[in-house]
Amino acid sequence: MDLRNLTIEAARSAVVEGKTSATALAESYFAKIESDDPKIGSYLMLSKERALAKAAEVDSLVKKGEKLPPLAGVPLGVKDVLVTKGVRTTAGSKILGDYIPPYDCTAVARLETAGAVVLGKLNCDEFAMGSSNENSAFKPVHNPRDLTRVPGGSSGGSAAAVAADMAVATLGSDTGGSIRQPASFCGVVGLKPTYGRVSRYGLIAFASSLDNIGPFAKTAKDAAIMLRTIAGRDPMDSTSADLPVPDYAAELEKHTRGMRVGVAKEYFGEGLEPETRAAIEAALQKLAGLGYEIVDVSLPHTKYAIPAYYLVATAEASSNLARFDAVRYGHRAKGVRGLSDMYRRSRDEGFGGEVKRRIMLGTYALSAGYYDAYYLKAQRVRTLLTSDFVEAFKKVDVIIGPTSPTPAFRLGEKVDDPLAMYLADIYTVTANLAGIPGISIPVGISKENLPIGMQIFGKHFDEATILRVAYAYEKAQ
Amino acid sequence: MKVTDKDVAYVADLANLELTEQERARMVRDLNSILAYVDSLNELGTDNVPPMAQVSDRFGLDDSKQGSERFAYASRPDVHQGLRKSLAHDVALGNAPDTDGTFFKVPKVIEK
Repeated sequence: MDLRNLTIEAARSAVVEGKTSATALAESYFAKIESDDPKIGSYLMLSKERALAKAAEVDSLVKKGEKLPPLAGVPLGVKDVLVTKGVRTTAGSKILGDYIPPYDCTAVARLETAGAVVLGKLNCDEFAMGSSNENSAFKPVHNPRDLTRVPGGSSGGSAAAVAADMAVATLGSDTGGSIRQPASFCGVVGLKPTYGRVSRYGLIAFASSLDNIGPFAKTAKDAAIMLRTIAGRDPMDSTSADLPVPDYAAELEKHTRGMRVGVAKEYFGEGLEPETRAAIEAALQKLAGLGYEIVDVSLPHTKYAIPAYYLVATAEASSNLARFDAVRYGHRAKGVRGLSDMYRRSRDEGFGGEVKRRIMLGTYALSAGYYDAYYLKAQRVRTLLTSDFVEAFKKVDVIIGPTSPTPAFRLGEKVDDPLAMYLADIYTVTANLAGIPGISIPVGISKENLPIGMQIFGKHFDEATILRVAYAYEKAQ
Repeated sequence: MKVTDKDVAYVADLANLELTEQERARMVRDLNSILAYVDSLNELGTDNVPPMAQVSDRFGLDDSKQGSERFAYASRPDVHQGLRKSLAHDVALGNAPDTDGTFFKVPKVIEK
């Protein structure tokens, strides 16, 4: 079976109609991964046993002629920050190098309940901290569109696996752009849902007020199917919203004519590469051609988003990562002298450079004498940034801009300059601070043959509308 | 320079990190560069702006109620036996670096 451009519906139909079996399909993905992934590095671990058991279950349902669930036999991958019972889960960190979780992440469990076959665990920046995937403690990921370039981060493996047809779709996590930016760099669709839309139970926490789980896919429709499967209230996550989950795929065909599209000048300022700007402007023209009304809006506090984000995110990270104490799980240093020495040396050996930097920055921002000036200040600015969106959404249905100021940069280009790396997230962190949904879709190719992504923001809990716009754009191509 | 060697040593201590000489020197440089950048937040007057700790501070809560009642959407009725069974003992200990089969083992807690 040709795996190129294989969508969820096509994969499911092939299994349901008996053109292939779920087992054969999973085997062809494993073969593809074994032949192509050594040069890309998207998988950290394959879960063959679990995948083939699930595939066999689906195949026996097919044989019995029973009704098949919506993702029956569809091969997927999940980011290695999502815990999987009995399958090693590292969060890209040496400190969890041997961790075998005793439970399943809700989002992963929901995919499997829907019949999906989870092929394995995808590479990422350590604890999802990074914008290039170069902070993985195990290996970097190479962008399948150009192996000298980064795939983006932190969900670099999740984006690369979809782009290189090593999974039909994948799950990633997005704390400041970690789904949307790699989707844009690899030329695939990436959706960050509204904060609260998807349970985070079993997501290894980075910054709890900003973390989201969401899908990568080849098409808007596949992203819609994935979101519907994982979304909805979960008693195991008190932040998950008790709201009805629409049938996003069915909503795609709804009329979008007359939709009001906001464009904020703050997303087209200094630092935006001309080619990226041109691609977004061309895409906006196309939407105008579909009868959309393009409206200027203002998000005046945008330039304060990165500083506010890096204070809030690191403060929360320093607290979340305090749990790595080398007692209940995780790496413990050898030959320690006493408890305090054990904590320090285990954490020193287990955490990589960027993780330590963020723990230090966050601890500093929360420390006595600095809390008001840094953490509290950032939280107040977060209110302003959120109000910007709330005001703008009184006038428009969606807001559109670039996902990233540039296409994929080269491996090694920004590793020695943390601030330059942070600025790669300039257009994405705002959605996390405000809690709104955002989707990145491919809209062009640069002269250097690199994908360019466009971002569509929506109102809180209105993923249906951004998916419809993404779908309408795709169809107009 | 806002952050000194001494600050880095103090914060590392709070964060239960040791850091090598080299890492500490790099940390002084990086923290200063990042903090200089975040200083731009001070351009904004925020005295009358409430802090936002959670998205639900602004969305999803029931404004007609008072105090923690406003977050009632996130609560559930109390149950006597808990929501689910705990992990089995051996499973809970399964990932521990050191155990005696019943408890987690750690080095001596009381130090000189």
